[in-house]
Formats: sequence, C-alpha cells, structure tokens
Amino acid sequence: MEVLRIATSGSVDDGKSTLIGRLLYDTQSIPQDKMEALHAASKRKGLDFTDLSLLTDGLVAEREQGITIDVAHIYFSTPTRKYIIADTPGHIEYTRNMVTGASNAQVSLILVDARKGIVEQTYRHFFIAGLLRIPHLVIVVNKMDLVEYSQSRFDQIVADFHELLAGAQYQPQSIRFIPVSSLYGENVAAKGTKMDWYPGETLLEHLEQVSFDHGDQAHPARFPVQSVVRPRTEAFHDYRGFAGKVASGHFSVGDTVTSLPSMQQSRIKSIDRFDTSQQVANARESVVITLDGEIDTSRGNMLVKAGNEPAPLKEINAQICWMDQQKLIPGKTYLLQHAINRVKAKVQQIQHVIDVTSNRIIEDKKELGLNDIGKITLKTAQPIFADPYLVNPANGAFILIDEYSHATVAVGFVE
Amino acid sequence: MSNKIKWEFPQALEDEAIYILRETAAQFEKPAILFSGGKDSITIVRLAQKAFYPGKIPFPLLHIDTGHNFPETIEFRDSLVQSLGLDLVVRNVQDSIDQGKVQEETGKYASRNALQTVTLLDAIEELKYDACIGGARRDEEKARAKERIFSVRDEFGQWNAKMQRPELFDMLNGKINIGENVRVFPISNWTELDVWNYIRREQLQIPSIYFSHEREIIERDGLYWPYSPFLNTTEEEIPFREKVRFRTVGDMTCTAAVLSEADKLEDIIAEIMEAKISERGARIDDKRSEAAMEKRKQAGYF
Repeated sequence: MEVLRIATSGSVDDGKSTLIGRLLYDTQSIPQDKMEALHAASKRKGLDFTDLSLLTDGLVAEREQGITIDVAHIYFSTPTRKYIIADTPGHIEYTRNMVTGASNAQVSLILVDARKGIVEQTYRHFFIAGLLRIPHLVIVVNKMDLVEYSQSRFDQIVADFHELLAGAQYQPQSIRFIPVSSLYGENVAAKGTKMDWYPGETLLEHLEQVSFDHGDQAHPARFPVQSVVRPRTEAFHDYRGFAGKVASGHFSVGDTVTSLPSMQQSRIKSIDRFDTSQQVANARESVVITLDGEIDTSRGNMLVKAGNEPAPLKEINAQICWMDQQKLIPGKTYLLQHAINRVKAKVQQIQHVIDVTSNRIIEDKKELGLNDIGKITLKTAQPIFADPYLVNPANGAFILIDEYSHATVAVGFVE
Repeated sequence: MSNKIKWEFPQALEDEAIYILRETAAQFEKPAILFSGGKDSITIVRLAQKAFYPGKIPFPLLHIDTGHNFPETIEFRDSLVQSLGLDLVVRNVQDSIDQGKVQEETGKYASRNALQTVTLLDAIEELKYDACIGGARRDEEKARAKERIFSVRDEFGQWNAKMQRPELFDMLNGKINIGENVRVFPISNWTELDVWNYIRREQLQIPSIYFSHEREIIERDGLYWPYSPFLNTTEEEIPFREKVRFRTVGDMTCTAAVLSEADKLEDIIAEIMEAKISERGARIDDKRSEAAMEKRKQAGYF
C-alpha cells in the first residue's frame, strides 16, 4: 500500500488539530478508549464539546496552553493509502519545528481561517512549502460555518492566494482550494450539504488520489555509502559490499559507477537485499551493492553512475533556515552534514536575510537568529558532492551541526 | 518499467528502518537493542538481521528484567538469542531494589514498571551504551507521537520535549556529549497493524502469550488481569479461567489480557482491524494519568 506523507500548518486557533481530529474521526481511526479519554479530558477542561485537538497535543505544556509546540506524527489509513501526518506548530517561534515536520512531506496542507483570510502565518507557511519544494499544496479554508458557508468569501480567499502565487518563484505541481468546516465535518471526509456551490472533491478524496512519486527515475543516480560490509566468515569470505540507501535515481546490475571523491570506476556486480539479489535498486531502497573490482570507497563516499557525476563543491551558496538559540556566527566553523557525510564548513558570508511574510530581502539585516531564513556562502574543508536542491532535492540539502553543543543548528538548500 | 516509483508498505518502512539501524551502528561507539521480548523488539531484531547481512548483528540485546515477566516471554527470549547467536545482557530490577535505589510499590496496583527506569539508566552508565535502540512507535501514545528518531537524553536519561533537535529529511545527527545517550526508534513510523503484517510476512516467531490460550485471570476495573503471585489481590478478586491473549507484552502486573479466540496470525490481524480499543488501552501503566507516558519519558523511561 502506498504511503503518503502530509504536513499540516496553519496559524494558531485556525483549527488545525480539529481538522486532523475530524479526519481521524471520520475515517474511524480513533479507538473507543481514546475517544472516551477525549470526552473526559474535554469535560475536565470545562468544555461542552469533545475537543478533538486534545488528541494531537501530546505534551502537558501543549495542553495547558492549547497550542502545538512540537511536531506530532499521526497515522491513519484507508483501504487506498497509508497516511503519515506531521502536525506542525503554527507559532512563529516554532518555525524550525515546522520545517522539521514538512521536510519529508509530499503534500502541504495550509489552513486558512475563512473569517481572517490570508494572514502573516499563511505567507510563512507558503514560503516554507516553497523552500522545501513540496510538490502538492492544499489550501484548506476552514471555519466556513462561521462565514455562513459563503461562496463569495471563499472565492475572495482563492483570488488573494492566486495573487500571492503569481508573485512567487515556487509553483507547486498541483494546488487545490477546499472549503471546509472541521467542526461539522463539511468537505473533510464527507461532502455534507452546506456547500452545494463547491463542485470539487473533499479533502480526503483529494488525498486519496493525489499522484506522487519518490525519487523520480529522471533524477541522477546517487548512492551515499553508509558502511562497508565485510563479514569475513567462512561462507562469505571474500564478500565486500557497500551498504546504503539509494538517495535518487536507480542503479542496475552491470552499470558502471564512479566512487566519489576517489573518482575510481567499477561495475555493479550485484545488488543484494538480505539473502536475495535483485537487478535494480530504486530511490529509497536500502540495499548492499557489490562491485567487480576493488575500489577505494568507505562510509561517507558516494557511488554515482559514470558520466553523471555531480561537481565537487568547496564553496557553497545556500538558502538556510537557522534553528538554534545562538545566532549564526560568521567565520565560525560548523560541521556540515550532507547525506551521511560530515565535513567542516566555515560560514564566509551572510548574503542576505529574507522576510518570509513578504518574500523580500531585508537589506539592513546581516545576522541570522532562531527561525530566520537567509542566504549564506560556506567554504568546506573537503568538497561535497551535492546537486542543486531545485534539480535533485534528495541530494541537495544539508544540515549544520555545532561542534561544541552538537545541536543541529541549521538546514540548508544548495543553490 | 514505470517511470514512477511508489513508496509502499512494507518495503518502504523496512528500508527506512534498515537505514536508521545502519546509521546507529556507524555513528555510535556502543549501541544496544533494548529487548523486552515483545513483538516490536522482535521486529527490531529481524530488521537488524537484514541491515547487516551477511554480517552479524553488531548490537547486544539488553533486557531489563523486572522479575515480573511472563515466563513464556523469558523462554522465548532465550531461544531467540540462541538461534541467532546474539549477545544477551540482563540487568535485574531486583538488584536495584536490593541496593536500596528504588522501592517496591505497595498496594493493589503495585507494579515494577516505573522502577525499571532506574535499572535501565544504571545499565546504560555501567555498560557505557551511547545508543539504545527501542521498538517504540509514534502511534502508541500521544507523547510518543512527539518523539524523534534519534532522541537525545541527558546523563539522567531525561527527555526534554521542548528542546528536541530538529530532524530533517533523513539526515540523522547522533553527535552527543559524554554522558548523554541517544534513544533510537527505527520503527517510529510503523503502526501496530504494520508490525503484525510484517511479522506475518517475515514469518517471525513470537511468544505464545500473543495467541489465544486458557489462563487464570481476575477482573479489575473492567480489565482482565493475569493472575500471578506478583499481583496483590483482594479477597473478592477470585481468579477464574478464560481464553485470552495479550496485545502487548509488559509485566504481569501491568498488562491486561483480552478475551480472544485468535490463535493464528491471520486471526490476530483480523481482530486488531476490528478492535475498538487501542493497543495501550490494555496497558494499566498508561492509565495512571493523562500524561503518564510523558512523565515516565522525562524521567528516562524507554
């Protein structure tokens, strides 16, 4: 069964948790005991309805404040698909968690409150969807019950969003606008009766059929080597394989590959998965590749198809999202992790900082603090073999790690 | 061949878990698999077998033995370890009690469930494990839904939910300071049903208590508790025999049984698909308060 990953985002109080609760409720994904716990917890809070948002806010601090602080992963399935929802926080101060939750998503759900229309947070979420190049976008116009299910209100929000889209570089593969009422379940999993003017699919219908692919074959073939398998047992005395997960593209037995950075070439002898072998390994498959000849390859190196090698990069221009309390310090050395390869990297220059709500460059700001997004230039101690993120997302991102606190301080997208 | 690659279960989740296990072996000096004998840790062992084949599983199994286990689980544990040639390390909660580090709970609901955290943290310190691989899944419980794949714990084993490291794409950062350790959750994205389907696909052996069998139980608070010498019963609580099975494997004092005739994997899977009660609905340890799991996790529970 196919697995679809979704990231939800929205502003505080626009009913994100309720929407997810509704999706789960209408697909019969909430077990009875959890439902009873929800009734009881709602009652304790003095509410006269069952607060479905309590289902997703798993931390005491979240329930106390009624906000989402960190990403929750929520699972449900229909006969068609398995779904993984990353429910990400709406608050500006948790932007880094929003990026975390969205980084693996194929669909970004952006919630808009029908009464308020596009607000500052909508710009921010749209910007992050664009930064990550999430292929599919769904603008869920929620709380339609509070605007008397008004078609003109919905049309206005769609028009406003198209204006935003027109000025943006990022154009998703598909975009849908769906008017819903999470509270009453209109157009979430079921059509309802209040919005006959809306001819389109419900949210769930859309999710059930949205087409997606992972690691399109057209992307260049990249295989970061995680480890060298050398059992040296009697049965596998001479076995020497390279374990890893195909990042993008595909490899076949017989392909000539180049090992980076040594640039040595060899031919794929076998592609093994546990005790069986296969002819082809596609993107995201964890396999062991064996080669015809001995070449110099170890953890952190990358096998690619000969003739399609990425250029070695020692100076990198990248968009980054800064994720640490301590500001980025220009000239400081960080560890740059690209796939599983770590190299030292020095920040040469902060080129600019972006105001994500207007998509404009902030001219007078040259420092990056928590949740800021901007463009920097890095110099690495050894070359890395990244593709531009726009060309091949699976090989175009990196993280920065602070050498002293060991925290993941930034995520970057190679230009 | 089609131009589109579908990312499908179970292959997709298996590939992801194998990648995580290989990263764990590569990024840490001394990892261990936390093994309870339950279906999730059995799945982890299978995934580890696949991740390092034709090499050996490079991790020992660490079992924190509360002394209140189902005997069937211990029997199963020992036979699995033997058949795969694994290293097993056992640390006993009884020792922590004898050393005066923890105190046995008293009363009707007494359980050693919370006590095992201290034994676990002591074991991590003594054996210098820097990564502990667990079979926890995000679908189990709402605090676990917040868990990262590589979850950093301080030297007191504490989980700081508000200060979790961002985890982006599939880049895992296992760098830690001395004294800290990482809890690794390779099957975070699996659901209970995924695990069962995987067990069926891989034809894995599991402890017999997962299958319907007749045993002595008592009824308390609407749940069926396995009768054992470890359970403090009142005079009104008379044990009786019934056909039951267990959905999770914990201690005999905190795991409730469900009435069931399911004695084959197919029947178990059908039963779970129909079930109206969640898996942890039969975990008495979770019922102590709304934040029971979060509080235990903050304290270092696995």
